[in-house]
Amino acid sequence: MPADGTSRRSFLQGGAAVLGGAALALGGRAVVDAATADPADAAAPDDAAGRATVAFRGERQPGVTTRPQAFAAFVALDLVDGFDRDALVRLMRIWTDDAERLMAGTPGLADQEKELAAVPARLTVTFGYGPRVFEAAGLADRAPGWLRPLPAFGVDRLEDAWTGGDLVLQVCADDEVTVSHAVRLLVKDARTFTTVRWVQRGFRHAPGTTPSGTTMRNLMGQVDGTRNPDVGVEPALVWSSDDAGPAHAGSTSMVVRRIAMNLDTWDELDRDGREKAVGRRLDTGAPLTGTREHDEPDLDAKGPNGLTVIGPFAHIRRARSENTAERFLRRGYNYDDAPAPGRLSNSGLVFTTFQRDVDAQFVPIQRRLDELDLLNEWTTPIGSAVFYVPGGARSGEYVGQRLLEA
Amino acid sequence: MNTQHTPARTSAVRRSAAAVAALGLVATLAACGADADAATGGDEAASLSIADTWVKATDEGMTAAFGVVTNDSDEDVTIVSATTDASPTAELHTMTMGDDGSMTMVEKDGGFVVPSGGTLAFEPGGDHIMIMGVTEPILPGDDVEVTLTLDDGSTLDFAAAGRTYTGANETYGEDDTEHAGHDMGDMDMSTDGATDAGDDH
Repeated sequence: MPADGTSRRSFLQGGAAVLGGAALALGGRAVVDAATADPADAAAPDDAAGRATVAFRGERQPGVTTRPQAFAAFVALDLVDGFDRDALVRLMRIWTDDAERLMAGTPGLADQEKELAAVPARLTVTFGYGPRVFEAAGLADRAPGWLRPLPAFGVDRLEDAWTGGDLVLQVCADDEVTVSHAVRLLVKDARTFTTVRWVQRGFRHAPGTTPSGTTMRNLMGQVDGTRNPDVGVEPALVWSSDDAGPAHAGSTSMVVRRIAMNLDTWDELDRDGREKAVGRRLDTGAPLTGTREHDEPDLDAKGPNGLTVIGPFAHIRRARSENTAERFLRRGYNYDDAPAPGRLSNSGLVFTTFQRDVDAQFVPIQRRLDELDLLNEWTTPIGSAVFYVPGGARSGEYVGQRLLEA
Repeated sequence: MNTQHTPARTSAVRRSAAAVAALGLVATLAACGADADAATGGDEAASLSIADTWVKATDEGMTAAFGVVTNDSDEDVTIVSATTDASPTAELHTMTMGDDGSMTMVEKDGGFVVPSGGTLAFEPGGDHIMIMGVTEPILPGDDVEVTLTLDDGSTLDFAAAGRTYTGANETYGEDDTEHAGHDMGDMDMSTDGATDAGDDH
């Protein structure tokens, strides 16, 4: 079969040439890396993103100020009848144990898919309590005043399918298989304690695809999250301190709002209109009065027509309060689910925020946006939930132990 | 709203379990050293440790406990029996293949050898610590105390953490008619049929 032999040989020769080219390219790259980068970086294994871990134990739970991972799942659970303080303790002991194991890249205790635990990929598991946990555990007197559904807003079109919940799991990792496995194990752990109320999955750019520190983009194409506070500098925006008492030290709150984006009507808006709606440029994320993303917007600057460059209706003007206490940490994720029959898209944002006090920080801003925000034309809140995030598990503790026992 | 309800066994277990790094990640004899009866008789137990210990939660009847035993000594060590505070009866079981190729569990004659410098895994579908006659529920998240006795009379105590688990539905061999038709744990064998763990992999 000479024909076969020829083609096989030419394939091999071609392959060798390609391989040679690749080797050359790699060699060239290695020289560049050696000249410009830390040798340790050049030696990083190609599965470094999968091996990376986040510490589980500490005064505060992980997954809040952790640099956002690429993928997230939010799972709201409802308590079964008869759930009491003893049940909460038992559930949190189980969840603490398995979360710690999984975040370290090891299987859960009764894990039936052990191999799926081998890629921690910066996995974090964050636990939150709705009001009913406090009631069921006999802790109603310890529940913060803000732990209740957000006030009704005019823009809301809330659906039961994405609203409320007695417990929440926020599971984030730089690998979606890792997220899936962790959610599966943790929900199985809880099956005699809870039922699943809703699950929301979200994503950002995958690890290694954008320079670190890049602000995420939402599916409307906007740079989203430029104004996030530096919680390291201003911890009180997010974390309760010792002043809150030992039960609450290291705690925070989580708001999960599902914001549907009508990308099909957004398509009808040209680029100039899109930028005016937000008050930022689409390419750089810079305010319309600046040139770089983190330039401070000049809300008083006027254009040639005498009108403010950043309009009265612009999102960044409306989202900003004179009161600097009215800020919070955004940690949202895009969603892009299957559209309903006859529709083109079903996209939006799992808008997740952390703040020390929902009423003092989140609600005032949401009221401003409810009153006026041009983006409301294309965005609709369809889900809403508020959770208390207890302090982290220090050595020997389960998550939430100090809330129960302090 | 019930803040008082704490089963007697639970509270007793919680106290002792606190020493086990709260969560039983690794229970070694050293960690359990505060327990008065951690090691009695000979000293073989001093060379053993056990990690990842758990028990399949159940309301009543039979269940099983699991974990990985490590032998750090230069001598093989034999585990000859098991007891637990969760039930009057515990046995050491292994899996055996029947004539039809299905796996059934039988009591392990002579106990289990933990090889020198090696490990013995008690796991669903394999060797396990069978717990029979449970009358007080073993709840997920509670611990039960298990004691393994070695051939020199020394003992290895550990807390096994209750976990909801729908596997580990091993069936008994036909010679063990006393237990035939029962499964480990509280799962729905009546509707599920006899699941032979590890039968076709």
